[in-house]
Amino acid sequence: MSIIILLLITGVGLGALYFLVASGLSLIYGLMGVLNFAHGSFLTIAGFIGWEVGRRVGDGTWSGLLIGMLVGVVVGAVVAALTELVFIRPLYNRHIEQVLVTVGLGLASVALFEGIWGTDPIQIRLPGWLGQTTNVLGANIPNDRWLLIGAAVAVLLLIVLFLQRTSYGLVIRAGVENRTMVTALGIDVRRAFTIVFAIGGAAAGLGGVLASVYYGQVSAHQGTSLLIFAFIVTVIGGLGSLTGAAIASVLVAVIQQFANFYGGWGDFAVVLALALVLLFRPTGLMGKVKH
Amino acid sequence: MRTFFTSLWGKLAIGGVIVVVAAILPLLNIHIPGVLPGPTYTAGAMSMLAYAFLIAALALSYHLIFGVAGMLSFGHAMFFAAGAYGLAILLGLLAPSGMPPTVVFLISIVLTLVLALVLGGLVGALALRVTGISFAMVTLAFAQAANVLIRRNTGGLTGGEEGVRITTEVVPEFFVGVVNTRNLYWLALGILVLVYLACLWVERSRLGHVVAASRENELRVTVLGLRPYTVRLFVFIAAAVLGSVAGMGFMLLQSGATPRISTADFTLTLLVIVVLGGLGYRWGAIVGGIVYTILDQRLADLASAAWIHDLPDVLRIPLSEPLFILGMLFVLVVMFAPGGIVGLSHRITKRRGGKQDVAQPEALQDVEA
Repeated sequence: MSIIILLLITGVGLGALYFLVASGLSLIYGLMGVLNFAHGSFLTIAGFIGWEVGRRVGDGTWSGLLIGMLVGVVVGAVVAALTELVFIRPLYNRHIEQVLVTVGLGLASVALFEGIWGTDPIQIRLPGWLGQTTNVLGANIPNDRWLLIGAAVAVLLLIVLFLQRTSYGLVIRAGVENRTMVTALGIDVRRAFTIVFAIGGAAAGLGGVLASVYYGQVSAHQGTSLLIFAFIVTVIGGLGSLTGAAIASVLVAVIQQFANFYGGWGDFAVVLALALVLLFRPTGLMGKVKH
Repeated sequence: MRTFFTSLWGKLAIGGVIVVVAAILPLLNIHIPGVLPGPTYTAGAMSMLAYAFLIAALALSYHLIFGVAGMLSFGHAMFFAAGAYGLAILLGLLAPSGMPPTVVFLISIVLTLVLALVLGGLVGALALRVTGISFAMVTLAFAQAANVLIRRNTGGLTGGEEGVRITTEVVPEFFVGVVNTRNLYWLALGILVLVYLACLWVERSRLGHVVAASRENELRVTVLGLRPYTVRLFVFIAAAVLGSVAGMGFMLLQSGATPRISTADFTLTLLVIVVLGGLGYRWGAIVGGIVYTILDQRLADLASAAWIHDLPDVLRIPLSEPLFILGMLFVLVVMFAPGGIVGLSHRITKRRGGKQDVAQPEALQDVEA
């Protein structure tokens, strides 16, 4: 029983990490039709800069970590918004080329990170509490999972609030539904593009700092490896659906944890889940049929 | 304006001359400093060119999927790895069987081709149920699974991170060792020509026309009573088999392989090559493959050059990462020169011929549908 609780909660913790990456991917795809291959780089650079700032403020302390998280959010948002403005916007409505540009940026930026911070992962120091465990119904849950889950829930709530309560949120929701109509009504959707990129980048940036907490290290390849799972999550959840991304993140991560524990075939279980979902529900769990 | 060079015989003649020149390169003493590591008859230069040819052959097979059929696949490296790993593993398994080495070698090649055929059929049949970005994701997921299988040293066959080595006892003697680099060079050239002819055949066949038509307007093809699914599957399988042929050549040339050739990054490199050379052009894949490989090698040498080390960090770090330079070059090509290298040269020749209409790469606009 305690094993199952442990696997469930750690699974949700990993799912939280997936969600932080997948939420932005899904929003960007839903509004702009662009699959963003540079998303992993937003995560990695935020992870690195968050760590660089955090350790200068206070290595292994709460203030260092919290400021690192804040810096990560800002760096992620700024880098993502700049990417949209400089590289994506000039290729307006040419989706394949936009994807290709993000592919190129993804490859180039990882090489650059390797040049700056080296190819080997850097171990980081964390506040003591995060290294300890909490007993829940007999299962010892690592404390960093709570931080991950809390952050992901907060991000989910903030994005939902933004989408439901602000006028830009309204434009974005309408744009996901039918972009041509929104443009025809004379609303400048392009500003919404930048905002969506910034939001996605901010979530990924937070994810970058939290990924370094989860793995205990920062490395140039962290973003790339998480990105592949985030892609799978996005497709399973249904491209463009935030709720779908949230459900699929938890589902995929829990399946992965269980399969990893019983037989060590977690990665295959995820691919299998993707194949099954696409066979029986090609639009994903919460995806809408596009006309 | 129909000149000799645009006629069928002219094209055949140009192709023939290029192949003959490439074939006699190892017998000549041509040194191009900065491009080749040494004169063309040296083993270093030959093996680099052979590697470039194989990458070009692989890029050609990817061109069939992406350029002709308009399917964005992120799993093509899987078939290259299937060719390389399949050949090495089968040779290793069959070597102790007591059969004559030549028989073992031929059986292994045939079985590897069958493996690629079956793998391509299975993955294609499943992935083609969806289109567009979902198709890309399914192929990515399969390639990722294959990569994990290879990394895990499944069944003690794939050697994990160390990779596999080829069992040289059962490989024909003229393909073994640095002394025979020249033969391997000719083998690689032969594979490139073979893959080129196969691509030409597929593209010119009725099936190729149907595939190109379903890239442009799937609905219309369906209404005409044709099945886009079947033709796409055929092209996908053909590309998988051709990719595995390049993989087998790679295994013979390098006499070993690591899991690197099965990663998603490796497929992304192919994407970069095809777009860099010119998406939708057969020659684009070849030129892109050769230029990319040479740049990749040369830029790595540049990174260790003395004058780079004296630069301040801001310049030194980006310049010493070949992939950074190539990635940014790729971004620039996508943004400002959508036809790639071949597209640019077409524009220049067209302009000189007094024609105003610049040929747009068809594939770029069509694959978006």
